[in-house]
Amino acid sequence: MNAPAEPVLVNASRFRAAHELDWQRLDGIVTRIERRGIGALTENDLLMLPLLYRSALSSLSVARETSLDRALITYLEALCTRAYFQIYGVPTSFWTQLKEFFLRGWPQTVQLLWRETLVSFLLTLVAAIAGFLVVMHDATSFYAIFPDSLAGGRDPAASADALRATLYNKDQQDGLAVFATFLFTHNAQIAIFSFALGFAFAIPTVLLIVYNGLMLGAFLAIFAAKGLLFQAAGWLAIHGTTEIFAIILSGAAGFRIGTAIAFPGRAARTDFAFAVGRRASVAMAGAVIMLILAGLLEGIGRQTVQGDLARYGIGLTVLLGWLIYFYLPRKHHGLAVS
Amino acid sequence: MAWPFRKRQDKPPRTLRRSFVTPEGVDLQLELGSAGARAAAFLLDALFMLIILILVSVAIGLLGIAAKSQILLILWLIGFFVLRNGWFILFEIGGRGATPGKMALGLRVVARDGAPLTGGAVIARNAMREIEIFLPLSFLGYQASHDAADAFLAIFALLWSGIFLFFPLMNHDRLRVGDLVGGTWVVQTARTKLAADIGAGETIARSRRSFSSSALDLYGVYELQTLEEVLRVGRPEAIATVAATIRRKADMPDDGDDIGFLTDYYRALCARLERGMMLGRRRDNKHAPAVSRRA
Repeated sequence: MNAPAEPVLVNASRFRAAHELDWQRLDGIVTRIERRGIGALTENDLLMLPLLYRSALSSLSVARETSLDRALITYLEALCTRAYFQIYGVPTSFWTQLKEFFLRGWPQTVQLLWRETLVSFLLTLVAAIAGFLVVMHDATSFYAIFPDSLAGGRDPAASADALRATLYNKDQQDGLAVFATFLFTHNAQIAIFSFALGFAFAIPTVLLIVYNGLMLGAFLAIFAAKGLLFQAAGWLAIHGTTEIFAIILSGAAGFRIGTAIAFPGRAARTDFAFAVGRRASVAMAGAVIMLILAGLLEGIGRQTVQGDLARYGIGLTVLLGWLIYFYLPRKHHGLAVS
Repeated sequence: MAWPFRKRQDKPPRTLRRSFVTPEGVDLQLELGSAGARAAAFLLDALFMLIILILVSVAIGLLGIAAKSQILLILWLIGFFVLRNGWFILFEIGGRGATPGKMALGLRVVARDGAPLTGGAVIARNAMREIEIFLPLSFLGYQASHDAADAFLAIFALLWSGIFLFFPLMNHDRLRVGDLVGGTWVVQTARTKLAADIGAGETIARSRRSFSSSALDLYGVYELQTLEEVLRVGRPEAIATVAATIRRKADMPDDGDDIGFLTDYYRALCARLERGMMLGRRRDNKHAPAVSRRA
């Protein structure tokens, strides 16, 4: 007995039969983008993607209203979500973002943070003076301030000649390159850390910045006690202007987040936090780049440049370069990165 | 009442489904990644990073012994820094918006407002890992290396940093501190297959059971979709129980073919409820008035 196939009763079945091929095609395209990127698509697929996406969205709307097949609705929701993020959620290319960052994003963010930068700078300055005076007054307090791993024999017990040798050493080139790298990763981690600590209402960031200033002052005091202040400052200046500026800026980014979370004003705390957080993180990423440059200046410049005045010259020129790059007014661009 | 006890007016739902309207005006009902899935993804990533670190360290160590060069040490330092800070950022900044761990669990980082994920947002959300993961870890290490003298301080510090670590469990959207600052959240975008259609007729012709109106008035949408799940999962004891219950309520004899019976019942009930829905009479569950009885 060969009865005719039974009529389809359920809406979902008719609906599936009519549209399933489109959904499968969209699924295929989205899967290909997810696996191998947008470049893996043919021109035709690229043109079809938005059309298929919209038809899947409308399928979803219709299915929600007319069908009780939960598997169908779950499938369409997942498919549309994946397609949505491939169409709307994908960032502009990495290189475009990088260009935007250097041309506008970075300097604009630093300009925006000028108040926090000033506070961060003053904190560093006051702490450095305090550290300097404390160590000048009582040399043993140096050991309490400065970590051994960074001191490398530069402590109050060292003789003037030994200290002078640390400023003008040409022979141990290799060891210093490693030390410069170590210092870069250490400082960059501190920069990221001081940004992240901003979340705790910026109080730990203040401590970190103050401590950094104290270390700076204590370090200089050691040399000043032996009459080597001018030389030591030059030794520090060649990369220190960049390095300390970077730490100040990352501290400023942390302050920005902390104050935004503590005092969001009329905006909801969560909304304000991310509007500020995204911007401040740009300043922090910039600080890491500055620290890379500082590491290079330290690793290369310090060995090849031995004259005090040349060291001051390089350090101050680089600092001037940063100031011009950050603060020179420029034409405002409507599409600034946020 | 005063601030800490103020009642929220727009209380977010308890589930992880969030309404998310596309520019086309359709609500996608995003499914957020659960705390468990997020933690698993992070552990996977940490495992990958650890494996890479060990492999590279061994390779550099072997090469370094052979070459006696400082360059390798420098490379290791930089590599460690990039691995620690770059792993999450570089993977999430790419088009996929997911690290390998997240990909394995079908998770994806997206901006909460649905806009493209910017580099700034990714950097912000991942820089915060410093206080979420590294801070508690370092306090833990500090406590281990120092004895009872500093124990109080260390425990206090651990509790304080634990706030950041367990932040996702303290809000409805499972936001990390990093998600808060980056304006992102993590959604489930697993690839799913369209499950087979129970409603479609087979090509093999067979006589369909017919059900009385009162038998079809027994249940609503909720029960229908539960039945759908029972049929899809296909556990024999569940099918037998459900079939027996429906037969008893509908007063129908046992014909020995539970799956066939349930499939037919599903189709008939589905068609009836859908017809009701078209007429604007959706019956959500069995407690709602029956479609046919309403005037």
